[in-house]
Amino acid sequence: MKYHVDQNGYYGEFGGAYIPEMLYPNVEELRNQYLDITSEASFKEEFESLLRDYVGRPTPLYFAKRLSERYGAKFYLKREDLNHTGAHKVNNTIGQILLAKRLGKQRIIAETGAGQHGVATATVCALMGMQCVVYMGEIDIARQAPNVARMKMLGAEVRPARSGSRTLKDATNEAIRDWINNPVNTHYIIGSAIGPHPYPDMVTRFQSVISEEIQKQLQEKEGRNAPDHIVACIGGGSNAAGAFYHFLDNEQVNIIAVEAAGKGIESGHSAATSALGKKGIIHGCKTLLMQTEDGQITEPYSISAGLDYPGVGPMHAHLYASRRAEFISITDDDAMKAGLELAQLEGIIPAIETAHALAIPEKRPFRKDEIVVINLSGRGDKDLNTYIDHFKL
Amino acid sequence: MNRINKKLQEKDDILSIYFTAGYPGLHDTLPIIKALQESGVDMIEIGLPFSDPLADGPTIQESSVQALKNGMTTAVLFEQLKAVREDISIPLIIMGYFNPILQYGVEEFCAQCAKAGIDGLIIPDLPVDVYQKEYMATFEKYGLANIFLITPQTPESRVRYIDEVSNAFIYMVSSASVTGSNSGFGAQEQGYFKRIDALNLRNPRIVGFGISNGETFKQATEFAKGAIIGSAFIRQLTKKGIKGIGEFVDGIRQVKKIL
Repeated sequence: MKYHVDQNGYYGEFGGAYIPEMLYPNVEELRNQYLDITSEASFKEEFESLLRDYVGRPTPLYFAKRLSERYGAKFYLKREDLNHTGAHKVNNTIGQILLAKRLGKQRIIAETGAGQHGVATATVCALMGMQCVVYMGEIDIARQAPNVARMKMLGAEVRPARSGSRTLKDATNEAIRDWINNPVNTHYIIGSAIGPHPYPDMVTRFQSVISEEIQKQLQEKEGRNAPDHIVACIGGGSNAAGAFYHFLDNEQVNIIAVEAAGKGIESGHSAATSALGKKGIIHGCKTLLMQTEDGQITEPYSISAGLDYPGVGPMHAHLYASRRAEFISITDDDAMKAGLELAQLEGIIPAIETAHALAIPEKRPFRKDEIVVINLSGRGDKDLNTYIDHFKL
Repeated sequence: MNRINKKLQEKDDILSIYFTAGYPGLHDTLPIIKALQESGVDMIEIGLPFSDPLADGPTIQESSVQALKNGMTTAVLFEQLKAVREDISIPLIIMGYFNPILQYGVEEFCAQCAKAGIDGLIIPDLPVDVYQKEYMATFEKYGLANIFLITPQTPESRVRYIDEVSNAFIYMVSSASVTGSNSGFGAQEQGYFKRIDALNLRNPRIVGFGISNGETFKQATEFAKGAIIGSAFIRQLTKKGIKGIGEFVDGIRQVKKIL
């Protein structure tokens, strides 16, 4: 269990709940109840039936034949892009809204960067008939118009975060402030494996359906329940947390976390937190984060809006510090190339976040007989404009 | 005895003012502190600016952004505060978020505070249990009081726990809000002030958040030892600068006299 959260909410030295007293009752309520509620039979039944009938799970584990031929190993893609709303994010929002209902909450808030988590939250709020407010940086609102429209169509109110750098980290600040202002009736659905305990563990558990399915599917296809390597991209780290979860204690499985190098680690325009970050506190947890020498949180950069978060979930910080996982960073250019390559080799257009993970076969050699599972966390529809600009399509 | 405890023993209706160090200008820290003491303020909270102040509203956030742009850092603040005790006798508290303090080094931060004559700290995102386990001994070594917040939602058992760990005053957040809200105090807030008053805590309480004028100051101090004004003071500072400080403080106090 050394890679899982401990009783105090820590992964090794990372995690905890560094929150203002105003948030204490909310977070304490969750901490006391999340395990009990999510292990109730009626909760599990509702969660599983929605994942099956509404989200479309299990998602396929697809053997990518042409990709495998090109790179000389057995590559499988876990098709989270085929989920309703187009990414893994909905696994978590379904889980959290069921939890919120059982806690008697009437109002849901969320933060979003590119809009994927916002759309996944607005979707489940529509499904459950709950009020939904999504905070989004003013700059992101301008560059992610289709997702803003989706959220509005789904009945959510999108509130611009106008403070600070007006992107994801500021949207998160604003959502936290909203929660401080509405402590009783509101549940905050955090979209990544970050935040104060129990959020990282709760989000990870809801996302762990990914690795649970991989185990079963590999058993059927390969007669073994674990790959040699499991690969996922990592911003805050929710898809990675879900893809790694059931393999954490199996040290035979090599874990590869792929960060966004942006224009290069040394370029000053990067989001490679493990390389550039230091231990500190962000959004309620102790983890690795990008900051100035003086402890001010800095603005990361990546071509993919979903990876440009200045921190990384505390579980991942621990996987890095304990060397359980291999951390590799991929530049914008290499990720874009890998996205185009997958489209042309396998007929799948991936999200640019995911394209970072797909650049690993080019970057790192594998043996011919090795089984590598790459978590295909999202589809690329939302990124078409970026692909168009980049490749002059 | 710590200057804070002494002040709290001597006086009622404590008026404490918060400002962000480095705002409006990088070198305004000392002139603001002097003007506040001269105008009869009882206690000062010096805000160490942070890029992501979660518990604060737009006024304090914007002043923090500006202060950081102006070049304020932890090291610069300590440099400015070196000689502060030559002129200033009222209690001084530093309010800052935990990450910059962690990066500076908690022990070194406390040592510098002690050297400069700082009496206490408010670190809103350092939870009381972590403080007690990991940092309390260090704070005590340097004679620094650590001040915790309570809110209307804080359960009584936790209020009592915080009371036990505190040794100066308890910062009573007036309502469920971030700083800078301005709606005045209704029956609900008054009920909360009375409820906490009736607990007979060891430590006096000072009310903060939502106090912006003489009227809210009077309401807040009826059932508490004093009140803290932050956002309203910063708005005034933005509008009228340091020379407007005396008038602002008189405004808070005078309405009280008239009533």
